[in-house]
Amino acid sequence: MALQEFIVEVIITNKEKARDPTGETIKRDLLAKKGYKMVSNVRSGQYLRFNVNSENEERAKNIVEDLLNKLRIFNPVTQNFKILKLQKES
Amino acid sequence: MGIKIAVIQFPGANCDLDTIHVIKNVIHIDVDLVWHNYFKESKYDGVILPGGFSFGDYLRGGIIAAHSPAIDEAKIMLKDGRPVIGICNGCQILAEAQFIPGAFLHNESLKFICKWVNLKVENNNTAFSNKMNVGDVLALPIAHAEGRYFTDNIKELEDNNQIVFRYSTKQGELTDDANPNGSLGNIAGICNLEQNCIGLMPHPERASEKILSPKGTEHGKLFFNSMIEFIKKRAS
Repeated sequence: MALQEFIVEVIITNKEKARDPTGETIKRDLLAKKGYKMVSNVRSGQYLRFNVNSENEERAKNIVEDLLNKLRIFNPVTQNFKILKLQKES
Repeated sequence: MGIKIAVIQFPGANCDLDTIHVIKNVIHIDVDLVWHNYFKESKYDGVILPGGFSFGDYLRGGIIAAHSPAIDEAKIMLKDGRPVIGICNGCQILAEAQFIPGAFLHNESLKFICKWVNLKVENNNTAFSNKMNVGDVLALPIAHAEGRYFTDNIKELEDNNQIVFRYSTKQGELTDDANPNGSLGNIAGICNLEQNCIGLMPHPERASEKILSPKGTEHGKLFFNSMIEFIKKRAS
């Protein structure tokens, strides 16, 4: 079966227990001061985009989950990851 | 046969030669600077991962170096009880390689901090602290952007006596003001269960000679002398 190219987007954030000074600063020193008081919380993170050649979507997702875990692309002590979007390269 | 130490050089290391200088010229012990891809553990009684910015700190401080073949070699030393020490970026590498528990996040201020701090000794049984007394307060500089210690289970570390150093006041009080980076529990240095692997964020190699110290202290020597003492005890 011919391989297809899939795009897997991943977002890595610090666990809630670990303080996030970037998010805190955006909220406290920018949003709150500029009238966006309705924003109650901001968390920052890291975005990664993988182009993966694989048989299908499910397999592409599994490959990315596997490399994130095995190579500690995210640090499980302090961080969580979430797959944002999975789509075929057009 | 005399004692021989290896200092591993990763691309982006910048405290490697300072560490070599102190071991060779201050402690007077035989030492090699070894490029990370070429490191073989069998020749050495102990290894130090020095400070710097290995692989440009891309992704996270220490994570890329943690996958280097040098870490596989260091793991052999770790397992058979030889001292494995990480200073600053070396400490981040040890955490990313899971030789020591926890992780180091960006400083609470999000700034690179370079200043002298006070360090309280919490455990003097380790391969990098046995020449000290519990409660001693030592003067050392820090120089890092990612030094905020974090762990999910601080209680376990306390129960196992794995916290080796904490940031403190000159009097040894563990206050928020004395904590430069927001580290959990003011933690500045930790060890593995076997106490032969120690990672610390402050720089003993920058504090081992009077001429480099604002107060004329040379507390950094205690760390390296502890390492040598540990090696001698192991051999006897």
